[in-house]
Amino acid sequence: MTTRGWVALSLAAAALVAAPFVVDRYLLSILLLCLIGAYLGQAWNILMGFCGLLSLGHALYLGLGAYTGAILFVKFGVGPWLGVFAAMAVAVAAASALGWLGFRFRIEGVYFSLLTIAFAEVARIGFDNWSFAGGAAGFFLPVASEAQAQWFNLRGGPYFFYYLALALAAGALALSAFLRASKLGHAWLAVREDPAAARALGVNATRVRFFALFISSAMTAVGGVYLAFWSNNLFPAQIFDMSRSIDLILAPIVGGVGTLFGPIVGAFLLVPLGEALIDILRALGLNAPGAKALVYGALLMIIIAATPNGLWPWIARKLKLEGRGA
Amino acid sequence: MSALLTATGLVKRFRGLTAVDNVSFSVEEGEVFAIIGPNGAGKTTLFNLVAGVFAPDEGEVTFAGARIDGQAPEDICKAGVARTFQIVKPFPDLSVLDNVAIGAMLRTTHMADARAHADDILRKLDLHDRRSQKAGSLTLPDRKRLEVARALATRPRLILLDEVMAGLRPTETDRMVAVLRDINRTDRLTIVMIEHVMRAVMALATRVHVLHHGASIAEGAPDAVTRDENVVRSYLGSKAGAH
Ligand SMILES: Nc1ncnc2c1ncn2[C@@H]1O[C@H](COP(=O)(O)OP(=O)(O)OP(=O)(O)O)[C@@H](O)[C@H]1O
Ligand SMILES: [Mg+2]
Repeated sequence: MTTRGWVALSLAAAALVAAPFVVDRYLLSILLLCLIGAYLGQAWNILMGFCGLLSLGHALYLGLGAYTGAILFVKFGVGPWLGVFAAMAVAVAAASALGWLGFRFRIEGVYFSLLTIAFAEVARIGFDNWSFAGGAAGFFLPVASEAQAQWFNLRGGPYFFYYLALALAAGALALSAFLRASKLGHAWLAVREDPAAARALGVNATRVRFFALFISSAMTAVGGVYLAFWSNNLFPAQIFDMSRSIDLILAPIVGGVGTLFGPIVGAFLLVPLGEALIDILRALGLNAPGAKALVYGALLMIIIAATPNGLWPWIARKLKLEGRGA
Repeated sequence: MSALLTATGLVKRFRGLTAVDNVSFSVEEGEVFAIIGPNGAGKTTLFNLVAGVFAPDEGEVTFAGARIDGQAPEDICKAGVARTFQIVKPFPDLSVLDNVAIGAMLRTTHMADARAHADDILRKLDLHDRRSQKAGSLTLPDRKRLEVARALATRPRLILLDEVMAGLRPTETDRMVAVLRDINRTDRLTIVMIEHVMRAVMALATRVHVLHHGASIAEGAPDAVTRDENVVRSYLGSKAGAH
């Protein structure tokens, strides 16, 4: 990164830290959604952007993480700070099964993506029918008033959840940057670019793909635990839904797949855009169902057509934020 | 002294076609062993059997006294056999330096050491001034050099070069010959090369092995092989006519 890049990053970080003191609760909740979107986008980006594996079923890990954390808390009294490890373990177990099937039987490219969808769908149907976890009617966490805030049980007010989201997004950025520069990160890039050439250079493609799958799914499960405790309710039809998986990957795609800052930039564009559209369309009296999706889709197409490699590479070039080869 | 690389009775069939048909050869440490033959003779397939892309249907490959046939490409590379691809396979979106550093990191703990080693190799192959360029933007001759650089970066004991001279101009060929001769002599690197450019073969090879329709038709010193009646008829003769 250039000096300008570091300055921009520091300013953005300072603004995000200061935001709760400046903005109202509505804006803060939007910033929170941006941060969570940035976090989840980064998790997905490790798998797709770094390692070249297109998952269209990341809702699987999100839902497994959310349900594991919530069930452990409500049914077994295990707090989320402990439960999050169980959530990661469950997600990694699911990812192992998927990876084993995919890599063992050479299910590659678009077929691998289909496999990820299939896994998420199976989980959705399973949780729909699992009465212990509430089935299709949903699973609920006890809502605590803000006065009873217990940070150790992830019970807290908007400020608490905001800073937690900020920590998650910042942590994911640091982890992504670290991994990207590591040997493992370079092995991922090699496998993404050309698996046969990577293997000829001694890279164990299967092993590094598993690592990418593990890290990405575990991170996503952490996001799931967060969402469970933040929203206090879980429905299989929402958390495991295909649309959830798509939502999760739009930010990194729009921002720039494989870049460090793309998922963050994408989330900070798309979340407010979606919110603003609701308001604008309402003000215009356009309440037809699907109107938002239509306009949103059209805007996405324009953005992606204008910057096919993502917004971030374009921004970084215009503002001279990154050095050559970054 | 036993051979560094031995292939015994290798057979590889693709459905009806026998691409490699009972091929045996052995390469001594420090040799430059050339494999020549017309298009479709099975040369690249033979490399793929040695490098672990395919397991042979019959026969075995030993390297430094151990069986390697049927092993994974990454394990064969770790054992000390590097290869280049005839149809070049750069990592197009990565810098030239990163391309080579990925090869170098096989034998280093830290990326910084891998980069330093990659830097040295890029200098050797005249690619140093293009190090921060994306590999996808290189010209074909430079991509061929990158193939060699990346394979060398894994610090192999044996390198399999698949037509690395193809597409090079005569001066570039001579330069590549000089580089290969240097790494063969000073680093004691054993080279097995598939090559159509006879000028390079004659300059470098200690022995030449000729394939035709998957089968071995001759092997020996370069001078002897190029005078061999069979070889002239099935390969060099047609080649002379074609050029
Ligand atoms: N993966 C494959 N599947 C099916 N057939 C193949 C495969 N690879 C090679 N062949 C066939 O095997 C034969 C030998 O091909 P190979 O590439 O080994 O020849 P070559 O000697 O390297 O030729 P060239 O000089 O053109 O590179 C050819 O008929 C080719 O079509
Ligand atoms: Mg060939």
